[in-house]
Amino acid sequence: MLHFLLKRFMQGVMVMLVISIIAFSIQDNLGDPLRELVGQAVSETERQKLRDDLGLNDPFWTQYGRFLSNAVQGDFGTSYFFKEPALNVVLNKLSATLELVFGATLIIIVFSVPLGVYCAVHPQKWLTKFILGWSILGISVPVFLTAILLIYLFSVTLGWLPSYGRGDLVPMFWGWETGFLTLDGLSHLVLPSISLASIMLPLFIRLIRSEMVEVLGSEYVRFARAKGLKSTRVLYRHALKNTLLPVITVGGVQIGTMVAYTILTETVFQWPGMGFLFLEAVTRVDTPLIVTFLIVVGAIFVIVNTLVDLIYGLINPTVRLTGDESV
Amino acid sequence: MNNEVLPKEVLSQQGKSLWASFQETHFWWSFRRDKTAIFASAVLGAMLIAAILAPLLASMNPYDLTAFDILDSELPPFWLEDGDERFLLGTDAQGRDLLSTLLYGLRISISIGVFAVLLQLFLGIVIGLIAGYAGGQIDNFLMRMADIQLSFSTMMVAIIVLAVFQASFGVELYSKWAMVMLILVIGIAEWPQYARTVRACVLAEKKKEYVEAAKVMGFGPFRIMFKHILPNTLSPILVISTVQVANAIISEAALSFLGLGMPPDKPSLGSMISSGFEYIVSGHSWWISLIPGIVLVLLVLVMNLMGDFLRDVFNPKLYKSHE
Repeated sequence: MLHFLLKRFMQGVMVMLVISIIAFSIQDNLGDPLRELVGQAVSETERQKLRDDLGLNDPFWTQYGRFLSNAVQGDFGTSYFFKEPALNVVLNKLSATLELVFGATLIIIVFSVPLGVYCAVHPQKWLTKFILGWSILGISVPVFLTAILLIYLFSVTLGWLPSYGRGDLVPMFWGWETGFLTLDGLSHLVLPSISLASIMLPLFIRLIRSEMVEVLGSEYVRFARAKGLKSTRVLYRHALKNTLLPVITVGGVQIGTMVAYTILTETVFQWPGMGFLFLEAVTRVDTPLIVTFLIVVGAIFVIVNTLVDLIYGLINPTVRLTGDESV
Repeated sequence: MNNEVLPKEVLSQQGKSLWASFQETHFWWSFRRDKTAIFASAVLGAMLIAAILAPLLASMNPYDLTAFDILDSELPPFWLEDGDERFLLGTDAQGRDLLSTLLYGLRISISIGVFAVLLQLFLGIVIGLIAGYAGGQIDNFLMRMADIQLSFSTMMVAIIVLAVFQASFGVELYSKWAMVMLILVIGIAEWPQYARTVRACVLAEKKKEYVEAAKVMGFGPFRIMFKHILPNTLSPILVISTVQVANAIISEAALSFLGLGMPPDKPSLGSMISSGFEYIVSGHSWWISLIPGIVLVLLVLVMNLMGDFLRDVFNPKLYKSHE
């Protein structure tokens, strides 16, 4: 187990190093930090002197080393637009994005499990056909279009729910502001969460259904039924457990997709999260922010993937955690 | 797996016409009995024809700035009040005929999807064949790369790469190259899908006797890979291709919606939706966004339905393991 942990940790560090090299070469080529510092009114010789002083003429790897050592200490430079440390700016927006992802995940779990199980148990009912038909439609509607349709229906036409922003927030610890504790905040969360969930939900319903169909045909389920256990108990305690492994694997693979769709959802709803910030930073060519976003997302990504692998190892004893075959 | 292909060739050698032998295939048999597949292919065919014939069908050239008038802007479709007979589906905020723009947009979206998938196909086949045939360290390395690439997801890679390019080129220059960039990025980011499929097939084919025979006859590895193994991997490639084109079209639409794709003066379906966004949110002129949106959904939906059908016909085993 320790071996496995260590190995995953080293892999994570490697991936982070690669991401940081990519991020740094972006920073190196994008925009001119000198112009942001002094503007246009400085002569060419002074510019050259400043460049030397700032170390902008050093070789790539020297500069990268400096960037890396600053980054490890939490210094990612100062955002050109906000005039604040870039890491702070990005982390301030993290809570908004996490709450959105949490809302969407909740919807996915609450709906995909019962619907998937239902479709597996009653393959011939019209509701199953309806759910599966709808799920193909769900895959075909891009997330931003779902968002637009929801806004048009519930905000513009019916006027039930707000269409942009986060609403009233309650401050929590460490500068974390939550929208979960006010009615207004919750109502702002509804449409973005549904939009973000809409793209994953069909996938998970289909996945749980197909896994469940397979498990239901297996010996031990028939045995449990023969023993006279209640059918809900067989379904949810015995069968469902064994469908979770592939669900977790797919869930792990989908994290990258989730981040991408967060950017889309946040853009449509002007949700003040990291993805929205990133696109704004791109239009403003705010290089330090772009780089910080890449590294923060990369870090989240690596951490979650490692966690998923760990959970997978814990619940599936057949995966050999030591030894090289585990990867 | 290749039962469908084999009889066709055998039969056509026996003097029957290709069409007659095609009618006896399992594929045609299933197709005739599947109403969804017939519907989907009819709609898809109609959309493809509309896209190809766009310059003939469109009543105006939406790229020609002199062809439309700002005074005609935001006219609703003809069946609504204030609708204008000249503009069947209404006009957008600049006075362009929505139907014409839509036809050209469909054309752009489909071309980007198809060319991106051709690029994926090329990369995926080459990498998949090499990985599967060479095996060992090379295989390990390539498949590890595929895993990493897949876990980062196409959309995320595409958003970041295109955003960085746009920031460094500037919006003006970028919009000129947008189509090429979209094809390259979507094409390169999705190669693992094909590479994995091809590799899995190669692993299965490699053990068969005809490969042994080819080796004994002294054929080189490239000849065996491309001339002998590749034709036997075609049906799974065909199965995932429709879905891949659908995914590429969705990716393109999403990127264009974010402003990282086709510019508003040469709109794809995604950028048309994007340019109508502020009008739909403010509560009037819903058609500028919704009509291209419906067309996009219909296009992707029929492609996914065709993909499902092909998957069922050619490869029932793949059905479960893939998604």
